[in-house]
Amino acid sequence: MSPAQYWHCFVGIQTREWLRFWQQRTRFASALVRPLLWLVVFAAGFRAVLGISIIPPYDTYITYETYIAPGLCGMIILFNSMQGALSMVYDRELGSMRVLLMSPLPRPFLLVTKLLAMGVVSVGQVYVFLVLALLVDVEPPLWGYLAVLPALVLTSLMLGALGLLIATWIKQLENFAGVMNFVIFPMFFMSSALYPLWRMNEASPWLYWICQFNPFTHAVEAIRFSLYLEWNPMAYGITAAITVVLTLLATAGFRPQRTRILGTKPA
Amino acid sequence: MKALLKHTALAALIGLSAPSLASLAYVSNEKDDTISIIDTETREVVETIDVGARPRGILLSKDHTRLYICASDDDTVQVLDLATRTIIDTLPSGEDPEQFALHPNNKHLYISNEDDAIVTVVDVSSKEVLAQIDVGIEPEGMAVSPDGRWAVNTSETTSMLHWINTETFRIEKNIVVGQRPRHVEFSKDSKIAWASAEIGGTVHIIDVDKLEQIHEMTFKVPGVNQDRVQPVGIELTSDGKYAFVALGPSNHVAVVDAKTYEVLDYLLVGARVWQLDLDKDEKHLYTTNGVSGDVSIIDVDDLKVIKSIKVGRYPWGVVIDPTT
Repeated sequence: MSPAQYWHCFVGIQTREWLRFWQQRTRFASALVRPLLWLVVFAAGFRAVLGISIIPPYDTYITYETYIAPGLCGMIILFNSMQGALSMVYDRELGSMRVLLMSPLPRPFLLVTKLLAMGVVSVGQVYVFLVLALLVDVEPPLWGYLAVLPALVLTSLMLGALGLLIATWIKQLENFAGVMNFVIFPMFFMSSALYPLWRMNEASPWLYWICQFNPFTHAVEAIRFSLYLEWNPMAYGITAAITVVLTLLATAGFRPQRTRILGTKPA
Repeated sequence: MKALLKHTALAALIGLSAPSLASLAYVSNEKDDTISIIDTETREVVETIDVGARPRGILLSKDHTRLYICASDDDTVQVLDLATRTIIDTLPSGEDPEQFALHPNNKHLYISNEDDAIVTVVDVSSKEVLAQIDVGIEPEGMAVSPDGRWAVNTSETTSMLHWINTETFRIEKNIVVGQRPRHVEFSKDSKIAWASAEIGGTVHIIDVDKLEQIHEMTFKVPGVNQDRVQPVGIELTSDGKYAFVALGPSNHVAVVDAKTYEVLDYLLVGARVWQLDLDKDEKHLYTTNGVSGDVSIIDVDDLKVIKSIKVGRYPWGVVIDPTT
């Protein structure tokens, strides 16, 4: 296989993801409405709540909107990754994933490319969200928008791999509701997305430790620190390590023959 | 890291000049009985000096060699020599001095004595008490107009501004303002005076020639209960563009258009923001945040809070030495 063929395949998968995305423009809107509601409505009530302590990477007191913006960037990626996982189940049931996997290129390459394609779409949405967040005075330094890119891509890869792993377990399309309740919500709420960890620790130490062990916390912190031009090796390191592990597990575990179409008996 | 790089680059630019050239900000810490000294380049506390009990109002002598400190619980005004950073003298102040103001002649210090309902005028060189002027109950804020003509005292309980003629030491006019007036600030041309009323939640703008109120301002900080909006410190830019008003427990500083008296923005700083001072080129405004024990720095061009620095407990006053 030549690099050109790899590239051709890469571009093909990327294009397909964007095409799918373009055909589901309402999905784009809804993916933005959710974090924007959190930012504008939920955060408004807590405006001055965090004005009692300065935590890195911030140099001064911040509004609650400013605090949750990085968490909401993570939320966009989280929902997209899980919806991506759903789409892979859907693809599998309609057989288009099988078509993709019939490609002579190595399966891990195909799957990682698929994850990256999903990630790029998510990152695009995150940037639209960040621009809209300027309207409520969430104003990170200009270079922060560039510095946050690696953290966003890494987060998309990590959550994409997690989605893929879940997709290999899901047998039926309806189980996505379960994914919402058992993956998305716990990951989002039990993280540093909504409250700083010192506050969680004050509320309950065990909740604090759950947050510490939640990979989403570290992804959000990597986004938060890079957005404000600070380097957080721990958050980056943990997110990268978990991304590698999840990708290995997901690519090794993805077996199209395990799947079946609803209502048919397994072969 | 960024600040460090910037500082290093700056140091390289000016040929690694001595750090003593950096401009210094002095902050009185009411509960710690100390003065924190902040280097305005590195934005770090470089030294903390022990002073008398409960330091509140602080001001610089006109030649910027001394810092006068109201040591409220010691019932005295201390004189800190800035070169040696030691207390070299004390002045008679009357009981419980809280705020004071120095006449442009660099000699007459006007001190409000909260418990005695008087204003004491002290000659700082002879240490003589020149006058004790009866004012309203609980005198608090003190200001002298830049042209030296007026000394204004605010009395908290009487809710009045007392206009004292600095030649006769007599009150010539009383102006009723909002409840508990705290602070008075003159425009550089001495034509306009701004007075804050803490409980009234208002700022009163006074025409100094006519000694009449020409405008009354109120504030509404989004998301903050109205009873927490308590104006205290006021600072004006010398170009007449902005007035900054510290809004106490609302934890915000109001940015006011000094010509139209419109509030342009509310900036989030630390808890119970109290007094304000501009640095020498008026690029940065420093605020003392009493309850959170820190000083916030506002970029005046961008109107953004850029940093908050931990100081002692209950920082009260801040002055920046413009010569260093």
